[in-house]
Amino acid sequence: MTTRRSRWLASAAALVAMTAFATACGSDDSASGSDDEEITLRVNLFGKFGYADLYKQYEDENPNITIVETAEGDLGAYNTQLQQRIAAGTGAGDIVAIEEGQAVNFLQAADQFVNLQDHGANDLKDQFLPWKFEGATTADGSTTIGLGTDVGGMAMCYRRDLFEEAGLPTDREQVAALWPTWDDYIATGEKYKAAMGDESAFMDSSTNTYNSILMQNAEYTYFDRDDTLVIDSNPAVKDAWDTAVAISDDGLTAKLKAFSPEWNAGFKNGDFATIACPAWMTGYIKDQSGEENAGNWDITTVPGGSGNWGGSWLAVPTQSEHQEEAIELIKFLTSADGQLAAFEAEGNLPSNPTLYDDPALQGATNEYFSDAPVGQIFVEGAAALEPVYLGAQNQPVRDAVENALRSVENGQRSSEEAWDTAVSDAEKAAQS
Amino acid sequence: MTLRDRLARLDIAGAPYLFIAPFFILFGIFGLFPLGYTLWVSLHDWSLLAGDQGFVGLANYSELLGDDYFWNSLLNTFAIFLIATIPQILMALGLAQVLNTSLRAITFWRMGVVLPIVTSVAAVGIIFSMIFARDFGLANWLLSLVGVDPIAWNQERLPSWIAIATMVDWRWTGYNALILLAALQAVPKELYESARLDGAGAVRQWWSITIPMLRPTLVFVVTVATIGGIQLFTEPLLFNPGANAITGGELRQFQTSTMYLVEEAFTGQRFGYASTIAWALFIVIVLVSLINSVIVRRIRSVD
Repeated sequence: MTTRRSRWLASAAALVAMTAFATACGSDDSASGSDDEEITLRVNLFGKFGYADLYKQYEDENPNITIVETAEGDLGAYNTQLQQRIAAGTGAGDIVAIEEGQAVNFLQAADQFVNLQDHGANDLKDQFLPWKFEGATTADGSTTIGLGTDVGGMAMCYRRDLFEEAGLPTDREQVAALWPTWDDYIATGEKYKAAMGDESAFMDSSTNTYNSILMQNAEYTYFDRDDTLVIDSNPAVKDAWDTAVAISDDGLTAKLKAFSPEWNAGFKNGDFATIACPAWMTGYIKDQSGEENAGNWDITTVPGGSGNWGGSWLAVPTQSEHQEEAIELIKFLTSADGQLAAFEAEGNLPSNPTLYDDPALQGATNEYFSDAPVGQIFVEGAAALEPVYLGAQNQPVRDAVENALRSVENGQRSSEEAWDTAVSDAEKAAQS
Repeated sequence: MTLRDRLARLDIAGAPYLFIAPFFILFGIFGLFPLGYTLWVSLHDWSLLAGDQGFVGLANYSELLGDDYFWNSLLNTFAIFLIATIPQILMALGLAQVLNTSLRAITFWRMGVVLPIVTSVAAVGIIFSMIFARDFGLANWLLSLVGVDPIAWNQERLPSWIAIATMVDWRWTGYNALILLAALQAVPKELYESARLDGAGAVRQWWSITIPMLRPTLVFVVTVATIGGIQLFTEPLLFNPGANAITGGELRQFQTSTMYLVEEAFTGQRFGYASTIAWALFIVIVLVSLINSVIVRRIRSVD
């Protein structure tokens, strides 16, 4: 009797121990070791990086490596997730993309990323625009957390078919001549509106235009280089705001919120005729507009000269179990050939200045966008691009300003009220 | 006593505790520990990426009391909760009554009402966002048939609350109906028979027998709906697709408290402050549950 009971006791204890063990350890499939071991590298990106062919090539050259990419469409959602995973110390993947607005932020947690200077990053310095390399390096110069992928470089994408319908010129040289400045662009929009009425708006939303203008004439935006909030005193911010408000007061926008389903559908339906397009957005436009709009889109210069909006780095979190392999892969992806392939796949403008003279880039055209000479359009002035400084709290402030701008566009608030809200939200975000 | 006797005694006294231990161990790991740790974090200035920046005592709590956006989110949460829950419980009661009669293919109908829970909440969010879309939504089209101007559902406060409440109700009414149905079936038939003999009509039977017998189940349903309502997150998030979804509209017109919590934690990177919001919500849930049970207890009990 006693023995039987003891056995019960033992098995109960075992049950408890097993439950505790199972919950504590979860599924831990850590592995490390020899070279021919099968390794899966998880690459965590947002938007369109154009790496599919590069992965295939890399897997062919390294048969033991399998690459799995997850990509989030919306940058805000991606950033939230990435911060969560970096803070939690798990789940981020072997390679992550860091967007320009988040670089300063992640540099605060540089110890969460592999210092690429320990892995020969300094020898690669010449392959990147100097500020691109510095952008992912801590202020003291000792740690580099990411290697550059693409940079901004702005243009204006427009619909040839809709321009024709509205009686506007369709040739990209002539369209460029329509809008040397943003005021000219608005004037063109008024003509378009007069011709098209409610059928189609001149541009997608005021926020996109606002961001383009802001990133064009600013050395820094909401925060200066000492990370002091200057939203209220930086004329670049107010100028961009005023222009964007003027645009929405004129009713020139389709009032579509960026990255919403309606916005996506708008590309296909021709709800708007122009959209400010940094190089990285051309791939997105092509995806959303679909084959039926091939040849309807074209690309021309942006009003007010070039500017820098967007661009990323690839980094390896220290939580990766395959750091060595991941570092090799990001070197491959950010190499000159890698950047060129990404440009050809999705139009992302390389951050490698040696490529700017490369005939392959200079002569590149984009078939989808009516064979627009994208190489020339985006490379022009790319070498002269100036970095725009974005502070660690850039994202909450940008969100607040965009929300305020949308509320003006939707007629929910007057522009003064909205601006006050944007400033007070920014002050709140800057305190923390 | 020999060692063997001692062991036997320990065995008899200890085994039951060992058998129930897994629950308490799991509760400790996933319930108590996070609760305590959140309290600890809420007393600090804690940045998401940079970590602990020092002890600040109750500073986060006093800031919370003066934080307009928190109170705004609490107002939204409760408004959506009320708009959703009251019709939900009433509809569930009605549904349960219908399902308790002898319909043809009764199992089919009973399974049917729980189907919405199986649908992924993301799919629900996307479909309802389309139904309530400004330009080409079904809701506005129906309204246009009766001559009502299109409503910008996710731009105005009350319409956005109603739209989100509809999503919640669509998902959870059937679930509550099924629970109430189980309780209905447990009501002894004899009670109704004797009531009928005494001359009680349908309304009198419902009020004097059904409701009192359902009371414990109603307490349960209302409590679960309350906790779910106060933690409402996914539906309003999906109702504002695209950039800045977490603010619940341009003017935060439908940002719930859990959304504000996530915004502070991950956009604002204020982990300590977000923990404070979490604790405030915990206290709110406890308070509301107490109020709930008092109210439901007042519903007439069996004579």
